[in-house]
Amino acid sequence: MTGPAQSAERAPDTMAARVLACASCHGTEGQGTSDDYFPRLAGKPAGYLYNQLIAFRDARRKYPPMNYLLEFLPDAYLKQMAEHFASLRPPFPQPAVPSVSNDILARGEALVTRGDPQHDIPACQGCHGPSFTGMEPAIPGLLGLRASYISAQLGAWRYGTRTAAAPDCMQLVAGRLTEDDVKAIAAWLSSRPAPADPTPAARGTLPMPLPCGSEPN
Amino acid sequence: MSRSMQRLLPVLASAAVLLAVLSSGADAQQRPAQADAATLARGEYLARAGDCIACHTAKEGKTFAGGLPMKTPFGTIYTSNITPDIETGIGKWTADQFYGMMHTGRFPDGGLVYPAMPFASYTKVTREDSDAIYQYLRAIPAVRQPNKPHDLRFPYSNRSLIIGWRTLFFKEGEYKPDTTKSADWNRGAYLVEGLGHCGMCHTAINALGGSSDSQAFEGGLIPMQNWYAPSLTSNKEAGLGEWTIKEISDLLRHGVSDRGAVYGPMAEVVYNSLQYLNDDDTRAMAVYLKSLAQGTSPEKPAPALPSAESSLLLSLGKTIYDKQCASCHGASGLGMPPHYPPLANNQSIEMVSAVNAIRMVLNGGYPPGTAGNPMPYGMPPFAQALSDDEVAAVVTYIRTAWGNRGTPVSARQANELRAATLN
Repeated sequence: MTGPAQSAERAPDTMAARVLACASCHGTEGQGTSDDYFPRLAGKPAGYLYNQLIAFRDARRKYPPMNYLLEFLPDAYLKQMAEHFASLRPPFPQPAVPSVSNDILARGEALVTRGDPQHDIPACQGCHGPSFTGMEPAIPGLLGLRASYISAQLGAWRYGTRTAAAPDCMQLVAGRLTEDDVKAIAAWLSSRPAPADPTPAARGTLPMPLPCGSEPN
Repeated sequence: MSRSMQRLLPVLASAAVLLAVLSSGADAQQRPAQADAATLARGEYLARAGDCIACHTAKEGKTFAGGLPMKTPFGTIYTSNITPDIETGIGKWTADQFYGMMHTGRFPDGGLVYPAMPFASYTKVTREDSDAIYQYLRAIPAVRQPNKPHDLRFPYSNRSLIIGWRTLFFKEGEYKPDTTKSADWNRGAYLVEGLGHCGMCHTAINALGGSSDSQAFEGGLIPMQNWYAPSLTSNKEAGLGEWTIKEISDLLRHGVSDRGAVYGPMAEVVYNSLQYLNDDDTRAMAVYLKSLAQGTSPEKPAPALPSAESSLLLSLGKTIYDKQCASCHGASGLGMPPHYPPLANNQSIEMVSAVNAIRMVLNGGYPPGTAGNPMPYGMPPFAQALSDDEVAAVVTYIRTAWGNRGTPVSARQANELRAATLN
């Protein structure tokens, strides 16, 4: 018996073709899309992206569309996906025009660049880098993200719905933030222009103020 | 030498043999211990064929320590710890008791097992295979983790109801080979009907949570998951009568084939179980599954004359298809198999239930990553990009274009599946 008509064409043997499923929300180059809550992936350290892929696959980080897509993918493939997006350098989006007051922006800048020693809050840039590009292998860059995404993630850390390997430094830090702090940080970070060089800092080059389970020393 | 020491000596000697094998690998001189290793390997293989791990291991939990919540229409069942832990696992069970549970659905104390455990299929497993699985489960690391009590609604919380269920739906007995069929066919039937417990999803589950023999493999909606497990007997659904043995084998083992790919619950089965089966067993299953298909090619009804409304739907559907789908699946639906599945003449798209096609458009999906297809290609989700009307239009288009004989779907159907549980 002869089979049905079949196409002789074959899918391109590339990572880009394989991760097309990611593109509808994260953009074809991981640059993000117009939806506020779908983050930029491109250029984040591969270790960070890999940790997130594992956490989504195993449903420790909960977002059903992601949990569903990754459920039956092996570690080795998730690592390749992470390395793929980490290697991409698409342009950054235009920085957001802040919709908050200058006072709030100033509070955001202070928290991000200097922290709040009185409340034991370290500066974001201590770990995420002076130009917020993150550090290898697993600390993410913070630019190219929208305010609503940043505040949703900080909120998830505060409420314990997003967790990472112990010691869970982001849960500790976010737990010390007020809702106003979160709003200020998100507004200021999302208004920053693209970094001159988006490459994450080399491993171990930033003196981290507290230990993090995801970032081996 | 005391009598007790005399008795102890052979025990010590065989323990030493076992240690030697464990520390130095297989040694051709140590026959009994080598047989043991072979049994363990066989037990592990058969446990894979039974997909024990899928239910008896929780997300990020210890292997085989149970605790996975299984939502059923009757409440939530928590799977049990089947590691050899004495207190919380099955460390005290004998091989007889293990076989008793597999074969009769009763715990060692005579208590009735909830039929979420597929003992209605496992009853077909031979004593020899049950013993090999038992030996393997004895050898895995023991995990101390007490079982969680089930959370079943009244009256389902009453275990004696299982007696009624068993009367209706449970037939005890090992697989009996059909001597008029080939060895391959019988091996395939043994695996499909027994350890594979394919009938658990591919036979309609009725309101009592049972499935009847007369409807075996006729397909049905999987309760709670909102995926449709197609009929394996009808060529109008997933009947494999028109598929080659290679195409069936590829689908089972690699998760993709030139005719289609697996997603959702079937991706789980391939990921955790079927990809580990050897060539012979995979082919045997393919031979048996192909034989289940009844009748010849499905008839292609003459397309009904489109009403004004459905022709609008089709033209919207074609517009969306050409823009969003054609680059991978081809302008005429031929796809680029195996990674971009064909949509033309694809039974899973044409069949009466449109649930799976709608869900694939809404949620996308990856086939499982397997040894034979370690880097699968993913279908993008469109839930966030298309309205209910657009989803209905594009699914209607692929169900009716290119000679496909499916029926139109409504925006309401698409809308209802947006709420389906994803995982």
